[in-house]
Amino acid sequence: MTDKQLKTLKNRLAVAGAWIAACIFFFPIFWMVLTSFKTEAQAIAVPPLLFFEPTLDNYLEIQERTNYTKFAINSVITAFGGTAIALLIAIPSAYAMAFNTTKYTKDILMWMLSTKMLPAVGVLMPIYLLAQNLNIFDTKILLVVIYALMNLPIVMLILFNYFREIPKEILEASRMDGTSTYNEIRQIVMPLAWGGIASTALLSIILCWNEAFWSIVLTTTEASTLTAFVASFQAPEGLFWAKVSAVSTLACAPIVVFGWLAQKQLVQGLTFGAVK
Amino acid sequence: MKSLRNTALGLTLGVAGASMASMASAGELTIATVNNGHMIEMQKLTPVFEEANPGITVNWVTLDEGTLRSRVTTDITTRGGQFDIMTIGMYEAPIWGERGWLQALEFGEDYNVDDILPAMRNGLSHDGNLYAAPFYGESSMIMYRKDLLDAAGMTMPDNPSWGHVADAAAAMTDKDNGVYGICLRGKPGWGDNMAFLTTMANSFGAQWFNEDWTPALDSAAWNHAVHFYVDLLNNYGPPGSSGNSFNEILALINEGKCGMWIDATIAASFVSNPDQSQVADVIAFAQSPQAVTTRGANWLWAWSLAIPAGTNQAEDAQKFIEWATSADYIELVAETNGWGAVPTGTRQSTYDNPNFQDAAVFADAELAAILSADPENSTQNPSPYVGVQFAAIPEFQAIGTAVGQQMSAALAGDVTVEEALEAAQEAADREMRKAGYY
Amino acid sequence: MNPTLVRWLQAPSIIVLFLWMIVPLSMTIYFSTIRYNLFYPERTGFVGLQNYEFFWTDAAFFPALLNTLILVGSVLVITIVLGLAIAILIDRPFRGRGIARVMLISPFFIMPTVSALVWKNMMMDPNNGLFAAFANALGFTPIEWLQSVPLLSIIIMVSWQWTPFAILIFMTSLQSQDQEQKEAATLDGAGFWAQFFNLTLPHLARPISIVLLIQMIFHLSIFAEIFVTTSGGPGVSSTNLTYLIYIQSQQAFDVGVASAGGVFAIILANIVAIFLIRAVGKTLTV
Repeated sequence: MTDKQLKTLKNRLAVAGAWIAACIFFFPIFWMVLTSFKTEAQAIAVPPLLFFEPTLDNYLEIQERTNYTKFAINSVITAFGGTAIALLIAIPSAYAMAFNTTKYTKDILMWMLSTKMLPAVGVLMPIYLLAQNLNIFDTKILLVVIYALMNLPIVMLILFNYFREIPKEILEASRMDGTSTYNEIRQIVMPLAWGGIASTALLSIILCWNEAFWSIVLTTTEASTLTAFVASFQAPEGLFWAKVSAVSTLACAPIVVFGWLAQKQLVQGLTFGAVK
Repeated sequence: MKSLRNTALGLTLGVAGASMASMASAGELTIATVNNGHMIEMQKLTPVFEEANPGITVNWVTLDEGTLRSRVTTDITTRGGQFDIMTIGMYEAPIWGERGWLQALEFGEDYNVDDILPAMRNGLSHDGNLYAAPFYGESSMIMYRKDLLDAAGMTMPDNPSWGHVADAAAAMTDKDNGVYGICLRGKPGWGDNMAFLTTMANSFGAQWFNEDWTPALDSAAWNHAVHFYVDLLNNYGPPGSSGNSFNEILALINEGKCGMWIDATIAASFVSNPDQSQVADVIAFAQSPQAVTTRGANWLWAWSLAIPAGTNQAEDAQKFIEWATSADYIELVAETNGWGAVPTGTRQSTYDNPNFQDAAVFADAELAAILSADPENSTQNPSPYVGVQFAAIPEFQAIGTAVGQQMSAALAGDVTVEEALEAAQEAADREMRKAGYY
Repeated sequence: MNPTLVRWLQAPSIIVLFLWMIVPLSMTIYFSTIRYNLFYPERTGFVGLQNYEFFWTDAAFFPALLNTLILVGSVLVITIVLGLAIAILIDRPFRGRGIARVMLISPFFIMPTVSALVWKNMMMDPNNGLFAAFANALGFTPIEWLQSVPLLSIIIMVSWQWTPFAILIFMTSLQSQDQEQKEAATLDGAGFWAQFFNLTLPHLARPISIVLLIQMIFHLSIFAEIFVTTSGGPGVSSTNLTYLIYIQSQQAFDVGVASAGGVFAIILANIVAIFLIRAVGKTLTV
């Protein structure tokens, strides 16, 4: 074999490996979607069925039972709201820290991260009682605030790193031109960091969307999100494999599609577009 | 101090918080319920109630059993007032009633409270007050494949012994063809494996607590029962039993993989439904097996509707409960979906109805099981607690779950039965000591 | 920027996070020292360290601690190694790469409860599951995943969910690697591994740190996967600290003991953090 042949072979193997990995990782999702079009009897068939006559019954029954749209809207509002507030607080802070790093900066960031380590069940009662006393139980505002606080440390950390990647020379050059801090952020930093902010936002939205603990514990009817919607179909008395697959498909579809669509943004964000 | 903390958090939460509070408006009932089939049907029929009672609208909060339980318990113990009606079980009703967290239910003549099966009324009462109205009730019984048993040349008496059940399981097992003689719960949890295992232990003469409230898991009866359970499932049970609960086994039996199953009577309507079960026409029923005593061999449970003491809509809530647990409601379901689909286990009149007897092949066995269950006398020797498959004390959930974990470890073969029971006894003793029983 | 402005810009995040930490934390610490069981509102009073002692002497405490560390450690190793390998595989362009990439990162968007239900019922079930079907087809006895290897099963589920996160971060960082440098190295005759250790790995140092940190935080409090699949069993073989606290707070409704458990969990998290963050944190700052 010549070197060139060897190289082609290696390339082919790598491509094959990539596809195998992709299929393995995607398979459970594919199977879940497939199961959602089965009847309950088909869903538990042994050996598992790959070919069958698809039915929409599961989706119709879900439609009949619950108000998917309301849960979905709540999920959208709380996930985007929480992310927006987290970004609003984090962008100026992370910016300030990235361009004025002191010996305390690292400690502050690490301390912020350590607040994420409070296990939710451990602080359930304090938060629960506070929400009750403040009369904001079962409101979207409460979830938005909790989600914002929950993700703030991670948003800070990632943004800090993005801002630090921006070459200081560019800023120094603009400062020499007498640009104000406000304009500096608006005209130079934001365009450069835009991709980074977008990808941070995406990560935060996904984390909020999938948050199941607080959304179930702190809501009843007004602010329940899709995770509560899933919980209302999880493990009932009787067969539920097909129905729960349909519910899960409905609950995950928006965020998966959103993730796919925003992928370009995400990739750009993580690579800093033209900066490198 | 408290107000200081609140102010501090109030600042973080932003000013908008308080004004956005969701106050339950008048005429709007918020009902927390579990996602079982009968409750889903109740949700679908709610418009009928709303039409008959103009001005009342109903909001449903549906959750899975475990989540619902911790959710409503947190709400009622902190006087949260999020719900106007809660769906609770026979375990919660007497405990919460005793603590004054539930409103006692008083019904009018029309409701005919005496029609409710006495075992259900007793299990949901404390000090003679009814604290929850049963929506549907269940006991446990044997469901078995008559075809397999016939092929083995055996029969199933109405009241079999555990020895007979083991023989039948051995005769029906055909592992090469994926048929297992018996399927039983194994997933840890006080409402999962321990619900079943407690009834089994009861029939072996065991009990959870002695008269002085010391845990009795170190008794010979428990040892005997758990050995029997572990051997039975290891020899004739399906693989992965320690992860199985109701749904997993239902899937197995519907696929024709189990010879026998001892579980909730509600399962009878699923396994005898040809739409989802391959063995619908060969399933037969018998009472739960007995060993040294007939007491406590089958459990008793009722999903019931209760009104938390804090609600300011007690009147409307009472109206809804009267509607949902009435004989008329049962007829309404029958008209809509047929008599085979009505919520059972609550009223004598249901079982007296010839239409129901025709539609439900399991009717007789279910009624016999429910009537034979007595929460007040469920153990061979006297015990200080109420409840067949649980002890109605607040500590039981944690104890039952800790013990359930040990039992599943014994079933998985990680520890011996003796080690498991010893650890279980120790865990139970710790909880009881902490709670100050002795 | 002048120092005052810097301070003003930093203040909001520090203040809100400080409140978010101190308010629940002080309440938790306070609750952990009093008698506070939701079922017995009449029993009150200071109990000192009794709640801590109760939690500490639970036979499940050390197994749970160990399980927590094993869970976090193995998931970190698996996701980073697999994530790196796959990210390198899909770094070169090939037809349909966009689709492969979408397939690879999708699991990260799935809710943990949903992922647990799918894995438990459709993949790992020893009777109806797909793995069992494959094993039977090949003539093997199906593995009883959740019974024989409960912790490993949980590790697989969590890794399935989080490897895509690692892939995502590594994949995008790889694209910013200096291609000219790589080509030069190839011309110099540097093999794949030499390039990997000398060029790729140093380039990925910071992304690896981010992946480590973020994952560690989430994995210390894994709950949904355990709650849905094994309920912590058989025995306590898949109980982690979070699940143990859950049992105290949501089954025993003992806020005092659960709070003590919460304080233990915070201490553990901070010990882990000090070691790990100090180690990887270097690449994060100046």
